[in-house]
Amino acid sequence: MAVESTFKNMTVCLLAICLVCSALLAGVYALTAEPIAAASAAKNQAAIMEVLPENTASVEEERTIEMDGQTYAYNLGYDEKGEVTGCSINVSALGFGGPIVIKVGIDRNGNICNTKVLSQSETPGLGAKCVEPSFSDQFKGFNPNEKKLAVRKDGGDVDAITASTITSRAYANALVLAFKVHAAIAGTPMLIDAASGATENWEATENNNVEE
Amino acid sequence: MGKLQLITKGLVKENPTFVLLLGMCPTLATTTSAINGMSMGLATLFVLVLSNMAISLIAPYIPDKVRIPSYIVVIATFVTLLQFIMQAYVPDIYETLGLFIPLIVVNCIVLGRAEAFANKNTVIDSACDGLGIGLGFTMSLTILGLVREILGSGSAFGFKFIEGDGILAFVLAPGAFLALAYLIVIFRKITSKKA
Repeated sequence: MAVESTFKNMTVCLLAICLVCSALLAGVYALTAEPIAAASAAKNQAAIMEVLPENTASVEEERTIEMDGQTYAYNLGYDEKGEVTGCSINVSALGFGGPIVIKVGIDRNGNICNTKVLSQSETPGLGAKCVEPSFSDQFKGFNPNEKKLAVRKDGGDVDAITASTITSRAYANALVLAFKVHAAIAGTPMLIDAASGATENWEATENNNVEE
Repeated sequence: MGKLQLITKGLVKENPTFVLLLGMCPTLATTTSAINGMSMGLATLFVLVLSNMAISLIAPYIPDKVRIPSYIVVIATFVTLLQFIMQAYVPDIYETLGLFIPLIVVNCIVLGRAEAFANKNTVIDSACDGLGIGLGFTMSLTILGLVREILGSGSAFGFKFIEGDGILAFVLAPGAFLALAYLIVIFRKITSKKA
């Protein structure tokens, strides 16, 4: 049943199949590019709203800040009166299986409002549990002045995931980084009074950590 | 062979995981929980049915020596289409499955069925064969995922019934090999009695 293989018909056949397939892919890509972009923007927006305080009514467009040669993206949230409710910062830290990217929401008082993992490649069933509320909920309302952002094994106040200390440590490190970025943001003019208070708070914590 | 037989043979007699031992890489890698296993199985099922149908249609026109590269291109196209469409219209499901979808291209079950069945049979028969093998694959992955989830995490389909952790090794790679080996033994025992 098979057609005899000559150089000519093999070339023509592969060429035809590749052409049809690429045309199909190009067509479907063009059709789906817009919904895909919309879906990922909606996901990002939902993640921002999730980590910012509840009274956030609108979110400003993404801004970036440079710190230690790295660029960090962040968004400011505003309530109905137009006052800043908090800011969400994208940070990442190296976990067990690769970088863990986390969106961290910090409220006006300089406490963590909520955190959300955007992407991770930790071991399923172990480190990958960092996306579950049973782990991440402990950071809701985390006050860097009262508690130390490190796993208990390292003398901090973060409950690590069983058998996944490296992941938990990376998570805590990412949050420490988020506070540093937050301090840098607070130093720039667009965050006002309450936020600059947060800067002072943060510096105090940082010193504590160093002393310990 | 009747259409129904074509479907049921994939479930037991030619079960891809427990009898043919094909597609071991996705089998071992993705079955950390019952839901993950089932999702991988269903995504493979979808690609398998479509690629079987397409290949049975074009097979008579493909020169023998270039059939394998042709099939691979067809399969990869279907997988990528599936990925685009899921990403655009069902982003939530894509989120859970995203990692596994590109793996379907290298799943030898899909190429195996194209080579062993679809290129010598009619479109309808090939679709039934794809459906059967796909269902067999889905069933085996779900069972394997369930066993590993129960032993490793103390839960079933995400529903937790034991407090704390299970035997963590079962969630990791060694547990995958162990669980698969025991399941094959049990499966062979049951099917050999029937025969």
